[in-house]
Amino acid sequence: MKVTLRNPTRELEFPGPKSIVALLQDLDLNRESVLVIRGGTLVPGDALLADDDEVEIRPVISGGAA
Amino acid sequence: MKCQVCRGPAVIDVRRHNANFCAEHFCKLVRDQTAKAIEEHEMLAPGDRVLVAVSGGKDSLALWDLLDELGYEADGLYLGLGIGGYSDRSGAAVRAFATRRGLTLHEVDLRADHGYDVPTAAAVTRRSPCSACGLSKRHLFDRAALEGGYDAVATGHNLDDEAAVLFGNTLRWQTEYLARQHPVLPARPGFPRKVKPLVRLGEREMAAYCVLRGIDYIVEECPMAEGNKHLGYKEALNEIEARSPGSKQAFYAGFLARAVDRFADAAPDHAEGGETASCDRCGVPTTSGTCAFCRLVERAAGAQPVALTRKGRPIDA
Repeated sequence: MKVTLRNPTRELEFPGPKSIVALLQDLDLNRESVLVIRGGTLVPGDALLADDDEVEIRPVISGGAA
Repeated sequence: MKCQVCRGPAVIDVRRHNANFCAEHFCKLVRDQTAKAIEEHEMLAPGDRVLVAVSGGKDSLALWDLLDELGYEADGLYLGLGIGGYSDRSGAAVRAFATRRGLTLHEVDLRADHGYDVPTAAAVTRRSPCSACGLSKRHLFDRAALEGGYDAVATGHNLDDEAAVLFGNTLRWQTEYLARQHPVLPARPGFPRKVKPLVRLGEREMAAYCVLRGIDYIVEECPMAEGNKHLGYKEALNEIEARSPGSKQAFYAGFLARAVDRFADAAPDHAEGGETASCDRCGVPTTSGTCAFCRLVERAAGAQPVALTRKGRPIDA
């Protein structure tokens, strides 16, 4: 599967099938800090991603609260 | 995973509510939580005219969308901060959103209208970029709201923002700041009412709301905010939240319910309208002489603009 990460934008390949939880663990990402998006909508946490899926992992933290 | 409301397929889990939601019922949850915050803290009255501070990011565009959905007369104000390509892209996102929704957008450009930009102001005054930006925003949003006859200025600060600020203020026991960390600041002479209707909603929920509502916000982080200490606080709180869902809400809501009033004596006089003078340049209430915004303009407007990369970072940084 093709996984797009942001800030900076980059692409990684992973073999499927793979669960969202496993993918985020492999990437050392906190589920509270990201959304997984496929085909313009959200992918639920229990979904299994297929080998030919294309997903975006989008960070949700923004700063500048000063 | 099923929606806890309709039992249809869920698209998101909200662990602090121990619940999953489909798109329709998640968006309803976000609207209901916004309405509840407004009512609980008496932020707005029905029919109020609201000026929404919009940056092009997820929180401010979602807030504008929500206030419009909830029936308020909500206009947007975008400040062009002069942060290179980042400002170009965020301004484009705001304009596209306003056009698509048929909403009224006002714009102020720091460089064109006031002769400076945030990177230059930060360099010249030796403030952090977030400090120079925040000072500019507060002054110009206040001014625009008063001149435009708006009842309140609404900002997109969410639960994560407020919990991170509270965390930082508590770490250093900054009691003056703790005393005034309310989700609504009443109007006082020279200053409009300020409200934060998203304080019951987390950052992940706001980003999810934007995706599900088709709100095309700017995902990239402000290049001037990288390394900002609040980002570190948010990451730390998210580590705690992952182990113990609901911690951020308990921390912030508990502070408002049981602690903030204990710091009331620490509030500075000017937080309660104790300004004794008017700025000798712009006339806003201030403690003495020239207000902080006019001092910033005075120093930054005559300075050589800081050169930026395409992304908006200072070239010599």
